[in-house]
Amino acid sequence: MKATVFFEPGTLPPETERLRAEVREFLAAEEASGGFTPVADSWVSGADPVFSRKLGERGWLGMAVPRKYGGAERTALERFVVIEELLAAGAPVAAHWIADRQIAPALLQHGTEAQKERFLPGIASGRTLFSIGLSEPDSGSDLASVRTKATRTEGGWLVEGTKIWTTGAHIADAVVALVRTGPAGESRHEGLSQMIVTLPDDGVEIRPIRSLDGAHHFNETVFTGAFVPEDMVLGTIGNGWQQVTGELAYERSGPERFLSTALLLRLLAARDDADSRVIGALTARLWTLRQASIAVAVQLSEGAAPDTAAAVVKDLGTRFEREVIDAARATGVRPDLASIDPFTRVLAESVVRAPGSTLRGGTNEILRGIIARALGVR
Amino acid sequence: MNSDLHLLENTASDIFAGYRDRPGLWEEIEDTGLTLVGVPEKAGGSGGDSTEAVIILRAAAYHCAEIPLAETQWLAAPLLAAAGLPVPAGPLTAAEAAHDEVRLTADGDGWVLDGTLPQVPWARQAGRIVVVTDGRLCSVDASHCTFETHHNLAGEPRDDVTFDSVYLTAADVAALPEGPSLRLRAALARTVQLAGAARRALDHSLRYAGERRQFGRPIAAFQAVQQYLAEMAGEVALMDLGAQVAAAALADPRQDSEVAVAAARVNACRAAGVVAELAHQIHGAIGTTHEHDLRRATLRLWSWREEYGNEHAWSTVLGRLTSAASEDPWHLVTAPTT
Repeated sequence: MKATVFFEPGTLPPETERLRAEVREFLAAEEASGGFTPVADSWVSGADPVFSRKLGERGWLGMAVPRKYGGAERTALERFVVIEELLAAGAPVAAHWIADRQIAPALLQHGTEAQKERFLPGIASGRTLFSIGLSEPDSGSDLASVRTKATRTEGGWLVEGTKIWTTGAHIADAVVALVRTGPAGESRHEGLSQMIVTLPDDGVEIRPIRSLDGAHHFNETVFTGAFVPEDMVLGTIGNGWQQVTGELAYERSGPERFLSTALLLRLLAARDDADSRVIGALTARLWTLRQASIAVAVQLSEGAAPDTAAAVVKDLGTRFEREVIDAARATGVRPDLASIDPFTRVLAESVVRAPGSTLRGGTNEILRGIIARALGVR
Repeated sequence: MNSDLHLLENTASDIFAGYRDRPGLWEEIEDTGLTLVGVPEKAGGSGGDSTEAVIILRAAAYHCAEIPLAETQWLAAPLLAAAGLPVPAGPLTAAEAAHDEVRLTADGDGWVLDGTLPQVPWARQAGRIVVVTDGRLCSVDASHCTFETHHNLAGEPRDDVTFDSVYLTAADVAALPEGPSLRLRAALARTVQLAGAARRALDHSLRYAGERRQFGRPIAAFQAVQQYLAEMAGEVALMDLGAQVAAAALADPRQDSEVAVAAARVNACRAAGVVAELAHQIHGAIGTTHEHDLRRATLRLWSWREEYGNEHAWSTVLGRLTSAASEDPWHLVTAPTT
């Protein structure tokens, strides 16, 4: 038995440094003028549609989308640089996050020409926001067990069932739901399909689920016979499992998997009472995880699907986020969500938002199961 | 990794695996040119880049080869070459003198070296010892030195070396060349070696977990054991990646490689502890015996993580860089690597 988990080193093209400088300049100006308040876990907890539109104006959303669909026609590695800078600054990117990270690539890969023309320009400008419906009340880590069902009707489908943890559904213009359109089969992966349900819709009820800090990011989204016209099926009927799992390496290896507390680390390092040895140790881990994330991004841009390496980034990256919190606690500062002191507030945000990071997008136990399978012991 | 590099890795691995406990390993790898891969050809080396040098040293570490390859290939030979001094055949080693440990005094056309350097790796086995002191680099004939025997936890020789008025000709001494310090090179070399030893510990653990049966099934069937193995595999993959990226940075004269080496080093030293601990947990009591081969990997992990600065020392270096002049951790880690 031989271990098969490796990272092939990758580098960001040198020309992305100019782009990085532009993003930093923009962020500094925006923060100085009160355009945004940096927050922890900003890709889930920091929704600001106005800020999203500002990014869209600069061509920093839907970056890899072709120009004919309103995109910037830049590379995935250029997008990497932009999002890592936004995340490290705690900029509010949650409103457009799903649309930019998942929906734009899914539309480009599986969408019809009409779907691309209808949705991509809005995604690239930050005016069309998406939510994604995967989990259900009885279907968390075991995604193949989804029960939300679409049945054929005149000209399309009727969707019935309940999706949960639908981030941002209350501000989204559409939700992409994974639904059952046929029997699961022996593999349990058959009979699933993805459908675009535009919002608002009389057959869709969106109920808020408040998080630990009382904030509203999650929803329960109930489909009570929502009509989905045939042309709003995304991809192929019955191919939903492959479509959803095919993007997991993108979802799991990105910088959002280790940067949710980067703002806290930067604020900690700026304090006079920071222990430089501790800051150095965290910086070293951050450097390493970022190299791993870049390695996966380069592989993805070359057409590979390094799912196992992506699982490593998310498992170890999310655990690193916790280490930053413990280091910040060593200051003795008591976390306070209402504090006007940024460090005190961001520490509080980091603490109460921490549990989500090792759950969403595949729990760490599931991820280690994926790695164990690659090692041949499962 | 392309097919040429795979071939190099397989070739090196085959040689190192075949020479366990048998003499002649050094001669064979020297004959094939492997000991000087990464050293420029015009300086008498074999040429090749940092990727190839990493592959060879990592393979040697994986197979616990008992030779001063890191000291020759990564320290002595590159420093001699950079200083314009001849790179002799045979095993070499190198050491940097801390303040007042040695004294180099001019004597006519030559120099005289006095003092003692502690725990120099493989000193007794080396033909020449490269000594860095006081802005100069000396190539010292090891037969002119005296030794006091010491070993690291893994039993590798780390003798104290005494220079008792050792005379050096002018041709044996040069100005210390520009470029990465001996300590930085050595910290990186041990990092590459840690990655190799850690992969050995992981492979042993995978094999043992598949073979050892308890409660009627292989222990690898237990989820707790699977999760340990997955954690080890992730740490090993990251150590390996960090070592490769840092080696490429160090080999590139256009960049300051201190951040990359320090970060890779901190990460690897920390991970070495995690990997060794989990490997032993998976092996149970048999892994704690002198007879079991796991010892060769884990004792090296525990030794090499301490040599040339452990994670605490290098964390302090990185931490000081972050507190210097408006640098924050994010700017430090995103500084371009090429």
